[in-house]
Amino acid sequence: MQQPGRAAEIKAIGIGKSFGSFRALDGLTLDIGRGEFLTLLGPSGSGKTTFLMILAGFVQPTDGRLFSDGVDITERPAEQRAAGMVFQGYALFPHMSVEANIAFPLKVRKKSAADIKRRISEMIERVGLKGHEKKLPSQLSGGQQQRVALARALVFEPGVLLLDEPFSALDKGLRGQMQAEMKRLHQETGTTFVFVTHDQSEALALSSRVAIFNHGKLLQVGAPDEVYDRPANRFVAEFLGEINMLPLKDVRNADNGATGLCEDRTITLRGNASAVGSNAILAIRPEYMSIAPEATAGENGIAATAVASTYLGAATRLDLTTRQGAKVTVSVPNEVAASALSKGNSVWLTWPAEKGFLLPDGGQ
Amino acid sequence: MKAYLSDRMGAALLMAPLLLFLGAAYAWPFFGVVNWSFTLPEPGLGQYGTLLSDPLVQSVFVRTLRIAAIVTIVSVAAAYAITVVWVRGTPAQRVIAEFCILVPFWISVLTRAFGWVALLSNRGLFNTWLQAIGFISEPLTLVRNEFGVIVGMTHFLIPFAVFPLASSMRSLDDRVLLAARGLGSSRMRTFWSVFVPMTRSGIIGSALIVFVFSLGFFVTPAILGGGRSVMVAELIYLRIFQSPDWGLGAAISVVLVLFVGALMALVFRYVRPRQLI
Repeated sequence: MQQPGRAAEIKAIGIGKSFGSFRALDGLTLDIGRGEFLTLLGPSGSGKTTFLMILAGFVQPTDGRLFSDGVDITERPAEQRAAGMVFQGYALFPHMSVEANIAFPLKVRKKSAADIKRRISEMIERVGLKGHEKKLPSQLSGGQQQRVALARALVFEPGVLLLDEPFSALDKGLRGQMQAEMKRLHQETGTTFVFVTHDQSEALALSSRVAIFNHGKLLQVGAPDEVYDRPANRFVAEFLGEINMLPLKDVRNADNGATGLCEDRTITLRGNASAVGSNAILAIRPEYMSIAPEATAGENGIAATAVASTYLGAATRLDLTTRQGAKVTVSVPNEVAASALSKGNSVWLTWPAEKGFLLPDGGQ
Repeated sequence: MKAYLSDRMGAALLMAPLLLFLGAAYAWPFFGVVNWSFTLPEPGLGQYGTLLSDPLVQSVFVRTLRIAAIVTIVSVAAAYAITVVWVRGTPAQRVIAEFCILVPFWISVLTRAFGWVALLSNRGLFNTWLQAIGFISEPLTLVRNEFGVIVGMTHFLIPFAVFPLASSMRSLDDRVLLAARGLGSSRMRTFWSVFVPMTRSGIIGSALIVFVFSLGFFVTPAILGGGRSVMVAELIYLRIFQSPDWGLGAAISVVLVLFVGALMALVFRYVRPRQLI
């Protein structure tokens, strides 16, 4: 975080934070790679924001050490760490113009007037705020304020940019636009980005890696497809998106995966699924499941009855019940849903062997 | 609509006694004073002419403005420091600050003025101590002059300066201060270039209130000024009660009320009345 213009590499070892008897963060160990776009994802109160504040230096951890490029910065005050930070609600200086806001970190660093002028105009160009230089933050739209906040946090070329739910105040269309913008800024600057959100789709869309938090603990870190397709536990599986769960009996390891019994049908799993006990939970994302009129030999499938449908435009969400009463949701093409419902009788739910995975039975 | 109307009627009825009281006790007598200023001792603008040409009246106006300006600057600066502690300090600091702000409110203005006389007079505590430690050989003249008046008035007005400042500091978004530090700004710099400018409306409101209050001060300058440092209110008192010059006293009153009224209008552009208490 100390060398401008160079992406920082951060190492957190055993970071914990207690507020009185409340344990906000516990035993967090995490490496954040140079130039990475890491998202901290979790419900509110999960510890993700506390960790961001510890990275920024606004909160002192109760235990653990924090390193930036190999240097211990655990006790270094925020103003000397100088990580770029974008706050929820932007936290722009209301009494300063757009230009003055962006110039602030440079003035604090006593850059020459010419240097400041050049960098501001470069930054204003980059975030698309040309023509708004002299305006006050209150005269700007939410999206424009967001751009000022990004420009102000990036103009001094910090080693790491910390973003605390920056898009929570924006409407959906603007959100998508700003996400794309941020992705571009990440590529252009090459800086390490650490981004906090509780929105899983945002996390999956933006990051090179996602770290999922719950109750002050880091549950899993991995690339978006990794955590989505192979969640480490039930919380991660459910938090990242809709998921169908079916009880699986008589689970045993098999060639390149596992097999088990679900409602008397033999189910096979391929990929890095391995049996952890004789009973487990089989989890499949709704979009990987499809509807077939008949069972096909050698393919995963169970019988179910369609009970309700929700028209979503591009597809239809179909709610089904299996023979033993497990509830399953699938997302299918509109005409498939119509025919499944009109039949009113049994259909087959099928899915590829590599799309199912096992979660330990019971608990989290 | 009906309910709304009756609500409004009810509110008007509840307010009526207050309005009647204000009308009878303030507005009506004030019109009488305005009347005097144009009619005593003979009808015309004569008293306003005197007001513009009499060097004594003018020197009192100049002194009043000077004292009010100094008191305003000192009070607002001191109140700012106290308010920062009160609003942003640790719980213990807050209690102490609150005590310092509220105690003066419970002590009468007379008591406080005489208290300062006791502290500042030639044989008062300050002079005795300073002589005892050999810092001075002759007592300093700290009272019965402008200095004494300024000390007494500042002491009285600091709590009034605190409230608008507190309300502007409370409404300030903490994240903006964090942002400044995160961008590399030291605490000192953050205070001067972010915190202070963001409380600008509080500073203006607070300064205007102190200034307006100072203009009409009577008891404190009368006691601590000892007749040597006469301010406008005391001049009006002298004209009305100790000389038959009611017309001039009334004209000075009218000018003072108009001036204060204009300043109050300015105050309410920056501060909502609710924030003053």
